[in-house]
Amino acid sequence: MKVINSSLDELHKLLIHKEISSVELTKIFLKHIKQKEPDLKAFISVTENVALEQAAATDKKLAANEKIGILEGIPVALKDNMCTKGIGTTCGSRILENFIPPYDATVTELLKGSGAVLAGKLNMDEFAMGSSTENSGFFTTANPWDLTRVPGGSSGGSASSVAAREVPYSLGSDTGGSIRQPAAFCGVVGLKPTYGLVSRYGLVAFASSLDQIGPLTKTVSDNATVLNAIAGHDPKDSTSIPFIKPNYTQFLENNVKGLRIGVPREFFGEGLDPAVEKIILQAIQIYEKMGAIIEECSLPHMEYAMPTYYIIAPAECSSNLARYDGVSYGYRAEAEDMIEMYKKTRAEGFGQEVKRRIMLGTYALSSGYYDAYYLKAQKVRTLIKEDFDNVFTRFDALISPTAPTVAYKMGEKSDPLAMYMGDVYTIPVNLAGLPAISIPAGFVEGMPVGMQLISKHFNEGLLYRAAYAFEQSTDHHKTIPALLGEVD
Amino acid sequence: MTFRDKYEIVCGVETHVEMLTKTKIFCGCTTEFGGEQNTHVCPVCLGLPGVLPVLNKEVVNLAIKAGLALNCEIADFSKFDRKNYYYPDLPKNYQTSQYDLPICKGGALEISVNGQKKTIGITRAHMEEDAGKLVHSGETISTSVSSGVDYNRTGVPLLEIVSEPDMRSIDEVLAYLEELIQIIDYAGISDCKMEQGSIRFDINVSLRPIGSEQFGIRSETKNLNSFNSVRRCMEYEIERQAELLDEGGQVVQETRTWDEGKGITLSLRSKEEAHDYRYFPEPDLLPLVIDKDWIEKIRETLPELPSAKRERLQSLGLSEYDAKVIVSWKPMANFFDKALDNFADAKILANWVTGDLSGLLNAKNSSFEESPITPQQLVGLLKLIQKGEISGKIAKSVIEEMFDTGKDAEVIVKEKGLAQISDEGELEKIITGVISANAKSVADYQAGKESALGFLVGQVMKATKGQANPGLVNKILRAKLSE
Ligand SMILES: [Zn+2]
Repeated sequence: MKVINSSLDELHKLLIHKEISSVELTKIFLKHIKQKEPDLKAFISVTENVALEQAAATDKKLAANEKIGILEGIPVALKDNMCTKGIGTTCGSRILENFIPPYDATVTELLKGSGAVLAGKLNMDEFAMGSSTENSGFFTTANPWDLTRVPGGSSGGSASSVAAREVPYSLGSDTGGSIRQPAAFCGVVGLKPTYGLVSRYGLVAFASSLDQIGPLTKTVSDNATVLNAIAGHDPKDSTSIPFIKPNYTQFLENNVKGLRIGVPREFFGEGLDPAVEKIILQAIQIYEKMGAIIEECSLPHMEYAMPTYYIIAPAECSSNLARYDGVSYGYRAEAEDMIEMYKKTRAEGFGQEVKRRIMLGTYALSSGYYDAYYLKAQKVRTLIKEDFDNVFTRFDALISPTAPTVAYKMGEKSDPLAMYMGDVYTIPVNLAGLPAISIPAGFVEGMPVGMQLISKHFNEGLLYRAAYAFEQSTDHHKTIPALLGEVD
Repeated sequence: MTFRDKYEIVCGVETHVEMLTKTKIFCGCTTEFGGEQNTHVCPVCLGLPGVLPVLNKEVVNLAIKAGLALNCEIADFSKFDRKNYYYPDLPKNYQTSQYDLPICKGGALEISVNGQKKTIGITRAHMEEDAGKLVHSGETISTSVSSGVDYNRTGVPLLEIVSEPDMRSIDEVLAYLEELIQIIDYAGISDCKMEQGSIRFDINVSLRPIGSEQFGIRSETKNLNSFNSVRRCMEYEIERQAELLDEGGQVVQETRTWDEGKGITLSLRSKEEAHDYRYFPEPDLLPLVIDKDWIEKIRETLPELPSAKRERLQSLGLSEYDAKVIVSWKPMANFFDKALDNFADAKILANWVTGDLSGLLNAKNSSFEESPITPQQLVGLLKLIQKGEISGKIAKSVIEEMFDTGKDAEVIVKEKGLAQISDEGELEKIITGVISANAKSVADYQAGKESALGFLVGQVMKATKGQANPGLVNKILRAKLSE
């Protein structure tokens, strides 16, 4: 229990003080994964050999008294939409079930370079389309706090595995809330960085203008440590932005005095579970007590964020997913001719939600509809960005619930629209390309509630500071799913 | 031909030019032609999951250069868009291209047909990526049991140059294409190797009653790759459309394909079946912002373009025809200009370059780039003529020798003793002999028969194997005969 519940700093110290070897450490996590996986199903693949090989390499360095990095020799797992050379990357889809990338995503390369130990690839909604992992082409991941409930999505495996201490940290991707909502549902810390902060190279695209990779961790401090390793300009990603990268852990300061925090009224309206609202209002009071300046504010165009997102994201997805045609890689259906092969491959290879979004997007881009849908959505997107720009002239950060409810039961939300509404507080952030973090804020009937903090572009440091101060004055992050009680 | 007196042809052309960059437009793979199938590829141009494009700046440089050469306005803000359609040679099933904001707009070039000059408008030019190539196991697609894709060409940068529908005859179209390709060639945008598919044309043709202001309904024939195909395709299309119209029918707006073997065009898809490409801005690339400095930097690299070169050559005394011939072939023009650096008489130089040297190269199926005679060597030959050391006639045999051996003219003249006899004493001796041997002709001349002189000159040349300086022979003969 001690090891698997340790922070990255603590694990690092165990290694450098030679209290434990990297191989031993890795084996503890692998054993724990084996124990928990039958219940959780967070992993699509566990890469035991790769992990032990990297761990042995770290041990060699340690034996030679070489210096090791903060992530070196410590296990990590990646959402299965990040390419890993020689290791299957399915994107949660049957269509890529047997796809083995010949190259590493930039984040994979960076983690490898940091000496991270890759423990496996994590379950997700197919092509990151969904909010519960129920759209995974393989199986649904369970929430460690209640195995009958969903872990959220689409990075459900990433959140569930960290919450269950199967790995100390993981990476997820967030297109409309896919890191923050599962982090909230599973009671972990999830950051969706500024668009362009982390390279998308090698991240299997869902909606290119919205996708962003970020860390899921047990604590805010761990989160900053991981962001240090993966943030940075990448010449392979034209939308990644050159900037001077700070050391994100330097912002971890238990002080929010004078911090101006806005409470956008549009994020506390109809559809928000009163019990969740109560927890967030308590969190706001905690900030007030710590000396932050709290004030209500308004983002008038937020009601249009959902329809805007469900035009732009499917439009981009319809084009991004066109390549899965059975011609040169991935699943191919047997057919008499080429057109039939295309049709059967895609009909059999994709799940319902993916097909729904491809159709939505294809329609929105079609000649005669483009102006009414796609173009208009882009204009509204600009208005949404401007709303945020306006409030950020007065506020350092905004606070809101991450999701309107706690994790729901598997199969509870069969209506796609009901599922979509669960992302109502996270989607505007992606449309504006802003950074936002979800941190544990309390519990409703034993299920974690996530609080979202949003800030200006490249203001991850401020988010960490605000999140860290809250974390230090509460104990929510120390509460552990009951399921872990049995672990030694 | 029914159309000639009844219909006017209206034609516009879209030209796809493979740009001359070392690497592809969005990845680092080589653009080299050929190579074993699927060896010039990487995850990016194969469109594997998760890859992203990075724009090759050299492609932008060349597009700007082409735009300037075609008198276009270079957009300070342009962007890339995705053109979505399914085809197995297109790994992502979309082509990254430019739709509503192309890099170049509103250019023009001048053509000349039968001495008539005309300006043809360039609507736009934009950058895009090329697709791969389908390889069928059988002779034709219908007899193949399987097909494969070679992605070596996937992602090779293309410039699509769209003309206005300004052309009114096949000759104008061919003149436009010739001028366009020359400009592209001179500006170094493409290697212009048409046989390797470096340049492809889509031809839009329509007919309208003579005097009509309205355009007729057009057909677009795609993917022609030689001037000959363009001419034959247009002849066919014009005849086909004229017949339709003559019968009171209507041309269908459609995309057609050219069957080279049968010499006919075939319907590919009608307007109703036309692809809906669902263009939208490429989210993986930033908009392209080009400032004045960038444009000016490229402008400085623009070489002399064909029209300016032709004007310069004409100003040096060349005929319009000669100037056109020399400029029409860049290696010949380069050769000419190099020789011109050391030889002032452009007209004489042009005669030898377009005449004897071209002839020798043609006979060997060789080109000016591989000419065994260097420009400097040709100048050496011409200077021998100019100085009177050899006659023009001797020079013609010397150049053949130079061509075969690579030796300098002076060396050949010396070795073979071909130098012109300009020694007056020696010539006088020979002429005295000729005079005494041809008493009749001498008498004829003295009786006023001027033509007898020509015969006597001929005899002197014969006696000297053509090496006598003709001017001197003439002078000495006249003097002797009037003694
Ligand atoms: Zn490539």
